[in-house]
Amino acid sequence: MTVHSTSPQFKQNAARALNDDQLQKALGNVKQGFIDKRQMAADKLPEFEALRDSARDIKNHTLEHLDLYLEAYEEKVKASGGHVHFARDAAEARDIILSICRETGAKTVTKGKSMISEEIGINHHLEANGITPVETDLGEYIIQLRGELPSHIIAPAVHLNATQVEEDFRRVHTHLDAKRDLSEPVQLLTEARAVLRERFLAADVGITGANFLVAETGTSIIVTNEGNGDLTQILPKTHIVLASIEKLVPTLEDVSQLLRVLARSATGQELSVYTTFSTGPRRSTDADGPENYHVVILDNGRSSMLGTAFEEMLRCIRCGACMNHCPVYHAVGGHAYGWVYPGPMGAVLTPSLIGVDKAGHLPNASTFCGRCESVCPVRIPLPKLMRHWREREFERHLTPATVRSGLQLWGFFAKRPALYRFATRAAMGALALAGRQRGRFAWLPMAKGWTKYRDFPAPQGETFQQRWTRERKGARA
Amino acid sequence: MSAMPFPARPEKPRVGLFVTCLVDLMRPSVGFAAVKLLEDAGCTVEAPVQTCCGQPAYNSGDRGTTRDLAMRMIEAFQGYDYVVAPSGSCAGMIKAHYPELFEEDPNWRAKADALATKTYELTSFLVDVLGVTKVDASFNGAVTYHDSCSGLRELKVKTQPRRLLASVEGLTLVEMKDSDVCCGFGGTFAVKYSDISGAIVEAKAKNIEEAQAPTVLAGDLGCLMNMAGKLSRDGRPVQVRHVAEVLAGMTDEPPIGAAKADAIK
Repeated sequence: MTVHSTSPQFKQNAARALNDDQLQKALGNVKQGFIDKRQMAADKLPEFEALRDSARDIKNHTLEHLDLYLEAYEEKVKASGGHVHFARDAAEARDIILSICRETGAKTVTKGKSMISEEIGINHHLEANGITPVETDLGEYIIQLRGELPSHIIAPAVHLNATQVEEDFRRVHTHLDAKRDLSEPVQLLTEARAVLRERFLAADVGITGANFLVAETGTSIIVTNEGNGDLTQILPKTHIVLASIEKLVPTLEDVSQLLRVLARSATGQELSVYTTFSTGPRRSTDADGPENYHVVILDNGRSSMLGTAFEEMLRCIRCGACMNHCPVYHAVGGHAYGWVYPGPMGAVLTPSLIGVDKAGHLPNASTFCGRCESVCPVRIPLPKLMRHWREREFERHLTPATVRSGLQLWGFFAKRPALYRFATRAAMGALALAGRQRGRFAWLPMAKGWTKYRDFPAPQGETFQQRWTRERKGARA
Repeated sequence: MSAMPFPARPEKPRVGLFVTCLVDLMRPSVGFAAVKLLEDAGCTVEAPVQTCCGQPAYNSGDRGTTRDLAMRMIEAFQGYDYVVAPSGSCAGMIKAHYPELFEEDPNWRAKADALATKTYELTSFLVDVLGVTKVDASFNGAVTYHDSCSGLRELKVKTQPRRLLASVEGLTLVEMKDSDVCCGFGGTFAVKYSDISGAIVEAKAKNIEEAQAPTVLAGDLGCLMNMAGKLSRDGRPVQVRHVAEVLAGMTDEPPIGAAKADAIK
């Protein structure tokens, strides 16, 4: 673990997020933007549901034979003149990348969007060693200026409004005319393009992530909408691909299936604007491309998920549909989750990578509404996996004592029907009497969590079983 | 075993009503509305002694207690042709989750499968199994309908309540925005993460009021109590009822969270 985690303070993070008006306004865009677009894209493709099945099957097959595909991939990359480095954890990955940068004599490094680079905290590490990393995805660039983590895996700056971005650009781009007009989003975009263009040309190393690594050909694939990934990997002398082990896919045919569900699930596009395939360094006949091609493959705890219930999580292709459809994410945004991966996929993955003792809140902070699972392009049963985490917590006695003792008390009665009927009859009778006048309670002892935001409806009085026995079975109760 | 699924529907099906613990304790009138609907549709209804399906334990990670309670449910209901619950959440617990509780126990697994096969949410049972197309009820005014999550996504309950509501004399259905989005209840979630739950139900309450129907209906009492509690707390004048009450024409009781005096006005 490298990036500092505030997941243990999830509740405080969430409370702060709920009181942040600026953030709440920005989150409104998530609710409106992504959902309808995905639905329209899915509706337009009759085979979309069947494609989700085959996407799931492709990933399952790959995970079952991951060792073989990793080896095959490594051989193909070597054959095309590239290098493959396996990193057991974040520290190893950082060291590998730093030493490649040093070999190249790099002063600046451009970066395409990569969640793995956030996971290993590479920017901080490079800076600490005198190398300047420059994020080139617009959203990533903005949050780099702000010193923040992404709040969404495909829309890293979705928590911000245009006025905040304008302030950041005026603060950082001091070489530009202070009186320039930045009131339109397109003006912000144009400015970022101009600033970044110089950075692209100056960079010694380009680091990108990968959406897929193809075992058949040794190819790494990125999808972007801005074209920044292409400039990042083609212009510098050295290209480093940073990816985790579950990005492996057997063949190009498999990739073409996965690409059909990826963009549709993410943004509702049929395909992203750019889908870029890179295989090895520049060949003598190529017009351009890097002289050196490195792939760093990160494990960081993932291989220990193989063969467990959580293996299904490794199917994830990082489309972000789960968080786009999550009511909890809509309410608190991505930063509240306290680490790199937010939303339902983060609620399952984060405990696997940094420990459930630290990230225990995340799988609990779900209503199990199931909307995430209903849109997941690779059919990951996210609520089921969150429940698995709750079971692990319960087994390890990490469940809060109040919840545990409450459950115990309730379980005691629920297992004893006669006692249960007696106790509930008395309790409901008393509660109904107390609530008769208003029909609800604004406050109840031991129900503060409920009554803080809503009234508690009063019961009708007699329980169903009591009345049923009285009316239908004779007056024995 | 007598609990195997039936190849054909019996003429007068014996239905075990799983009333659910919330209806049992908080709003028995919903249970009696379900009984009326089932009897009108030609069923014999019985309500065996019961407590809870175990979902609170299940979703809190306590599999041991869940299994204990599931075994009690399986035994209590194994003799019926069908088991029907006025709740998508509790029916979903039995249908979608009981079998996986007994993955290592073939004997109980078979019993759980048998129970899962014959268990239904109320409106889905009426429409999908019994083929009911209309109910004998009237209701004066517009209603809006909230799709509770488990019923919607685990059991595909979406058109069934709407089809039955369409047959209620005098009733018009007005769809709210995001009717299929969670109300923020989530069982113990509402208490454990009350700040987040409060924000989610606030958005839901707004959507309900903006639909401009005087009444909101749903098929799950947990969600209904959550929405009713928020609507009254925020002073949004919308009445809240379980869909079964309206379908059965049993709306004499005050709405959820309202006093008798409120209902008369």
